[in-house]
Parts: sequence; structure tokens; C-alpha cells
Amino acid sequence: MASILEVDRLSVRFGQQQILLDLTFAVPEGATLAIIGPNGSGKTVLFRALIGALPYTGEVRWGPGARIGYVPQKLDLERDLPVTGLDFLRARARVGGMDDTQVEQALDLVSLAPGVVRQPIGTLSGGQFQRLLLGFALMGRPTVLLCDEPTAGVDEPGEERLYTMLHRLQVEERLTLLLISHELNVIYRYATAVLCLSLAQRPCLGPPVEVLTPERLQKMYGAPVQFHRHDGSVD
Amino acid sequence: MAPSISALALPVAAAVAAGLVGSFAVMRRMTLAADAMSHVALPGIGLALLLHGNALVGGVVALALGALLIWLLQQRTRVPSEAIVGVVFSAALAVGSMLTSGEDLLEALFGAQRAPGSVETVIGLAAAATIAGLILWARHRLLLSLVSADLARTAGVNVARLDLAYLLGFAFTVALGLRYLGVLLMGSLIIIPAATARHLSRSVDTMLWASAGLAVLATTLGIVLGGWWGLPGGPLTITVAAVFFGLAVLLRSGQ
Repeated sequence: MASILEVDRLSVRFGQQQILLDLTFAVPEGATLAIIGPNGSGKTVLFRALIGALPYTGEVRWGPGARIGYVPQKLDLERDLPVTGLDFLRARARVGGMDDTQVEQALDLVSLAPGVVRQPIGTLSGGQFQRLLLGFALMGRPTVLLCDEPTAGVDEPGEERLYTMLHRLQVEERLTLLLISHELNVIYRYATAVLCLSLAQRPCLGPPVEVLTPERLQKMYGAPVQFHRHDGSVD
Repeated sequence: MAPSISALALPVAAAVAAGLVGSFAVMRRMTLAADAMSHVALPGIGLALLLHGNALVGGVVALALGALLIWLLQQRTRVPSEAIVGVVFSAALAVGSMLTSGEDLLEALFGAQRAPGSVETVIGLAAAATIAGLILWARHRLLLSLVSADLARTAGVNVARLDLAYLLGFAFTVALGLRYLGVLLMGSLIIIPAATARHLSRSVDTMLWASAGLAVLATTLGIVLGGWWGLPGGPLTITVAAVFFGLAVLLRSGQ
């Protein structure tokens, strides 16, 4: 299968601190790559390097025609910023030369009510804002979606809906998904490969059954990790 | 004495540009930076006067260089821009006040009541229209980049270029108000109506129009009342703008 992303000896450093060192991996088209690792292991930094928001050494090669959607983990916004959800999505539409039907489609996809998006974005709940960010990312009709903990602050039914939707999009649109998550069950269910970043160890890459073993997880996090495999069944 | 239309034209056009540019300055949390940045005109004015050149041209050149400097520092370093701007431009104010003296210093700081010539008016009006047009045209890009520069990038916005265009727009807006309001007060006309509009608005478009409208209203009232009461229009304009801000805060806290 053709790779939609090839990363070759990617390194990022902030001053004296080496965040990523010689990271090499490839992502086949339509795959779901989960990225796991303890806090500070460079997961978000990796995403930001991939979208070109950080200086790095090494190479990041996107497949021809790749369109990237990015769902950041959180944004530092003031509560009284006079920007409504609709302002935000409409601005995306104008910049991309789209019309308002694309905004409605995006809202529909992430099931956000019109009343919610008329509120300033700083006043939305964590889950509502997360869905707004996802809708924003989907408006560009991405072929690759980078999600940084997309369900942080989302309640459980919402989380289930979100992953079901992502999965559907993947099947329908051959979307490639890069997912930072701490939820090992989710990773087990959806990921085709897992990239683990660690503070002390070399990064590892492999299918979930190989990477998500208690021994490996303990090594990576430096502490025992509780993990009960759900055998891929839907709870 | 009622002011003539031609005496109002340039300050009002500058107020529209100030209101629009200020909206994004306030939303981008660069109010302090914005105010300090207007001070950079002073060494330019001082140097121009020393060399017997045109003070306004000196101010404009210094402002454009200042915008370029902030932009470069933002691109190259990780120091918060508020800190950079605060230090560099307070120093500019200090150096500028040593270069300028007496009457000239007061005029540079607080503006003068002399009417601009016709060439200056035409250039000023064209510049104000260009800045206002640029901000309105780029408002969607500016909005995305203020919510998140990363998201703006993934939407195809060249954030570095947008930042430079915005900073230059800001610098030229300050330049527009140099004759009428001076270095110290033009920063205030950019910030105060926008801060007021922010208090009263829940969406971006409302804020942009409210900010421009309030800036125009404050400027017109400042000049007209100044004419009646024999007071300088510039400081009166800022006083009116500050009264609007106070009223908006009262209005919001009463809700």
C-alpha cells in the first residue's frame, strides 16, 4: 500500500532540550496510527512538526495531494473573545473558498446544534469545543486527520459517537488517521499501528498486539499501567 | 466654531482604520504592545527635525522599521512579543525625547491642531482606505490565526506573511494619526474604542463595526466639542473614547 506520510530521521529540539530524536516511520494510506507515550514525550511536538508549525531537522514527506486536518488538544482562549463558533467555521469556509453549505455539513457531521455555535467559542464546554475543532478540520475535506486527544473533555456517549464517526469517515473517504490518545481500549479497537514515544527509551512501532503489552507499557511509562483488553468487542 | 468637512475628513478616515486595526490588536492580546509600538515614531520624528527633514516622513519610516523589527523578533525568538515590544519601544521613547525638544516634542507626543495640506490629506485618505480594505479583506485569515496559528496554517494561511502585513497596517495607522493625535494618543485611539467594542460584542463582525463606529464618533465629538470649547481636539477625542469605555463597562456589569 502506498504511504501517505513518510518521516525520516525527524528531530526537534527546544534550545538544549532534545524532544524528538531521529524518528523514522511511514503511514500507509487509510491506516490508523495511534501515538502513545507519557506526558512530555513529544507527541504534540511531533504533530506540530508534521504540520510545519515547528522547525525540525530530518524529512517529512506527505503523499501527493494529501490534505491535512488538525484537531489540537486544547486552545488557550479567553472566555469573552467575541468570536462565535459560526464566525470560526465561516472564516474557514471563506479562506478555503467554500460556501456556507460546507459549514452546515460540518456541523451536521459532528452533531453540533445551531444554537451552540452561535455562542462565543470561549464559553463552549470542553466537549462542544472539541467537536467544533473536529468540524473545522473536516471542512477542508482532509485525506489525513491528525487528532491530539480528540475526546479530552468529551463525555462517554459523545466519545463513542466521535470514534464511530471517525471510523465511518475512514471507511467512506479512505481517511488516514493519526491519533494521540491515552485510551488504550480505543487504540486497541481502531489502530492499525501504534507508535510509542518515551522519555528514555527508543521509540517503538508495531501493531497494537505487539506494542501494547504490560511489560512494554511499564517500560515506556516507567510505572505499571492498568490495562484490560476488551477483545475488540463493542461495550 | 464648527470645523469644516475637510478638517474632519482625515481624522475620521484615520479613526475608521484605527477601529478596525484595533479590533484585532485587542483580540490578539497585543494592547500593551500596540500602545508601546506607537512610541517608535518619536525617534524618527526627532531625527527628521534634527536633519531639517519632514517630521511626518521621519515618523512613518521609523514606524515601518519598528513593525519590521517586531516581526523579525517574533519569527526568530521565543521571547513573548509583549516583553520585546515593551523594552524596545520604551527605549525608543526615551531616545526620541532626547532628540526632540520643546514645542516639537509636545507636538509629536500629543498632536497639533494645524490642518494638513491637500497632498497630505489625499495620501492620508488613500492610506486609510487601503488599511481598512486590507483588514476587512483579511479578517477571516486574521480571525483564524488569532484563534490558533496552527489551525490557520492547516487552512492554508501564510501566518508569517499575515503577521507582517498586519503589523505594517498597524504602523501606518499610527502614522495616520501622528499630526492630529500625536505619538502617545494615537495608540489610545487604536486600543480604547476596540476594547469598548469588545465589551459590547459577541461576534467578530459586530465588534469590527462597533469599534470603527466608536472611533469615528469619539473623533468627531472630540473635534467638534474642541472647536466649541476652544480645547485641543486630540486629547478631547481620547477623553470621549475613554468615557465610552467606562459606560460600556458599567452597561455590561449592570447586565
